[in-house]
Amino acid sequence: MDKHVRPFAITLDVKSSLANHTGTWRTERPVYVDRRPPCNAGCPAGEDIQAWLYAAEDGGYETAWRRLVAENPFPAVMGRVCYHPCETACNRAQLDTAVGINSVERFLGDEAIKQGWQLPSPAADTGKRVLVVGAGPSGLSAAYHLRRRGHEVEIREAGAQPGGMMRYGIPTFRLPRDVLDVEIARLLALGITLKLDTRVTDLAAAMEEFDAVFLAVGAQLSHRAYIPAGQSARILDALELLGQVEGGDRPRLGRRVIVYGGGNTAMDVARTARRLGADEAIVVYRRTRTQMPANDIEVEEALEEGIRMRWLSTIKHFDGGRLKLERMELDADGKPQPTGEFDEIEGDAVVLALGQDVDLSLVEGVTGVQVADGVVQVGTDMMTGHPGVFAGGDMVPAERSVTVGIGHGKAAARNIDAWLNRVTVLPEPEMPPAEFDQLNPWYYSDAPRTVRPKLEAARRVSDFGEVVTGLDTETALFEARRCLSCGNCFECDNCFGVCPDNAVIKIDGAHGYAVDYDYCKGCGICVEECPCGAIEMVPEVT
Amino acid sequence: MTAQTVKFYQVGSRAVGNRLLDENLRTEQANAERSNAINSGHRACQGCGEALGARYVVDAAMRATKGKLVAVNATGCLEVFSTPYPESSWQLPWLHSVFANAPAVASGVAAALKARGLSDVRVLAQGGDGGTVDIGMACLSGMFERNDDVLYVCYDNEAYMNTGVQRSGATPAYARTATTEAVGPTPGAPIGQGKDMARIAMAHEIPYVATATVAELHDLEAKVERAMTMRGARYLHVLVPCPLGWGSASGDTIKLARLAQRSGLFPVYEAEHGEVTSALPIRQQVPVEEYLRPQRRYAHLFKDPVRTDLLERIQGIADRNIARYGLLEGEL
Repeated sequence: MDKHVRPFAITLDVKSSLANHTGTWRTERPVYVDRRPPCNAGCPAGEDIQAWLYAAEDGGYETAWRRLVAENPFPAVMGRVCYHPCETACNRAQLDTAVGINSVERFLGDEAIKQGWQLPSPAADTGKRVLVVGAGPSGLSAAYHLRRRGHEVEIREAGAQPGGMMRYGIPTFRLPRDVLDVEIARLLALGITLKLDTRVTDLAAAMEEFDAVFLAVGAQLSHRAYIPAGQSARILDALELLGQVEGGDRPRLGRRVIVYGGGNTAMDVARTARRLGADEAIVVYRRTRTQMPANDIEVEEALEEGIRMRWLSTIKHFDGGRLKLERMELDADGKPQPTGEFDEIEGDAVVLALGQDVDLSLVEGVTGVQVADGVVQVGTDMMTGHPGVFAGGDMVPAERSVTVGIGHGKAAARNIDAWLNRVTVLPEPEMPPAEFDQLNPWYYSDAPRTVRPKLEAARRVSDFGEVVTGLDTETALFEARRCLSCGNCFECDNCFGVCPDNAVIKIDGAHGYAVDYDYCKGCGICVEECPCGAIEMVPEVT
Repeated sequence: MTAQTVKFYQVGSRAVGNRLLDENLRTEQANAERSNAINSGHRACQGCGEALGARYVVDAAMRATKGKLVAVNATGCLEVFSTPYPESSWQLPWLHSVFANAPAVASGVAAALKARGLSDVRVLAQGGDGGTVDIGMACLSGMFERNDDVLYVCYDNEAYMNTGVQRSGATPAYARTATTEAVGPTPGAPIGQGKDMARIAMAHEIPYVATATVAELHDLEAKVERAMTMRGARYLHVLVPCPLGWGSASGDTIKLARLAQRSGLFPVYEAEHGEVTSALPIRQQVPVEEYLRPQRRYAHLFKDPVRTDLLERIQGIADRNIARYGLLEGEL
């Protein structure tokens, strides 16, 4: 066979070590995984945050925005009003500070408005018709996701304008109306019918016209409390006041305004009162800050604007510009109990912000619909006890926020679609969580977070202009790049570089890498050195 | 802050690659076309630091010389696991002679290339710590002294691992080896002995001396590049953890190299003509204990009673390095 002459004393031809398949040594094998980042797990609207940040990291803002609106059609609104539980969950907080996800979301939302990016076109018409009752965040979100699936959608709204609590509950200094209007108009442009000033009173009749119904009428009735008051006492209701301001009125409340309640609406109304000219706005709440339902961000911003808080107090009497407050104390269960000790403070008006109730008249007499604790009961599929009638948002049992409402709309749309097609929605496979101790944080650059500039407190109480401003392009990019990409490969090439056996392969033209198990000895260096915990060791089965 | 805004790249230049970085700022190891100087199928143990270190160095040297490179190897793990006759993993011209003479053979190769007028072909000699600081030291010193045009690379895993973990002149204080057992009042390798080969090389005042670890890839590649811009004798000393001899988990190889540098026990610096010109500052300093504890060769220091007296002496070595090379200056 061999024609060539070998050197002296050499009896064998040179062979390559490739003949030696060292993969047989292995007892464990590295496997690439996708873990669920805590931001995604924490997002009530089910956004794939890590994925859109990934696109934003190399300046692919339109791709990022498209990934975002696949789940949530309101990025610019979200970037202003969401209480961002994603940031609370962010693993980077254990390194320095959480990634400013919300500010990047807002940047993307604003960029989309500036560039005129449009939402994805709907699928081919299915011929099915769905009625959405209420044009709040939940209803609009459901309409969007239903329309994208090709269904014909009609929204009936009792109010004169769409937006629900985004318009009538959130003041303009937190959410400018031009932003809201653009995002709603962009959504409706997909071919969704919106009927304003149309209150649905007869659900049974409506059911005749449509294949399914999604109820999202919100919680618009202010919770009442009896306060003994004299003739001259001025007592207002928070939603009414916010509604008046939205309508362009600037009611005069006096010098000293007392807000009764400890929720987000209480904060918004106190901050509104300051802008209406009150020198002082005092929040009276019967428990302490820890129990306060208001979000920390809102409380912080209110305190910055000089809003004062009276913890552990209830209003006993109000007349002639004076309020009598009773001091409370917390019992062993954390419930406030009266102490019999009283204080007096001055006040020109009292605004009640004691929570909101659902107007249940719409579902009265509808067979099968269950109501408990003042809210409509739904299953995990968002359907009420009446087949084909779904409900979501503030009118079902859940935390009440815009983001939760949007998440309900999306979940309902998915389930309505399945119900219309007579198929069962399979639960999405559980992804293992990406936890901080699975990361190798050594590799990440040190970088504290970019804080969005806030209007100087003294200036901002004088008008209804937006308090928090956005990031510029450079800082948005910086912030996006602070993402650790927890549990999801971001192509840092570490595994490819650190393998002593050259057993990691770059996949041509695709994302990520593969392991060459012919040669991988299973040492596990790639797993240890993966910054984001996207590889795990799995025992070999013999 | 503004400057940082523009320069921030998520993992900066710490990871092997980074899709956000310009391609020429990534390491050679991120390059799918790297020369892969030691091919798959070699017989190094799981998690071998030396296999990794040698590929890092030779690939970088191949890039720097545009593939015109000859390697000469001393006897040792690297030679044994890569080239069991008749197989070879090497993807470049490669010579092995005997344990002691790799530097002399390399000098000869350089002389031969010069005689043939092939000045663009460069020579790299390499060996383990045994072949370098003990057995081959006379030849190496001669190569330095003559200033032969060779880059000599020592992959230091701190003992004779190939023959069953015997102490070498590079074995650190109190480490257990087959010949320095963990018995008696001062168990393991004696303190105050052994050779600091990089400083011995510096004493020859050769053009370039540098130390590196397999944990700092950008730094390692930059040093190989720098060495390849120079002519004359150059010396590179790379710390390569050995799971077998150190008694560490095979996946911890790079982590241990990183901890060696972060504790100050292994100073990473470079020197020209006998003078230190730069040192890699310690980022996030750790006490030596954090580096020692995961290694079974130091297990006797942590058994009841914990030998805090010996740990303090090891910490003293780290502190001396930190002071000598200014390793905490410019720390982030």
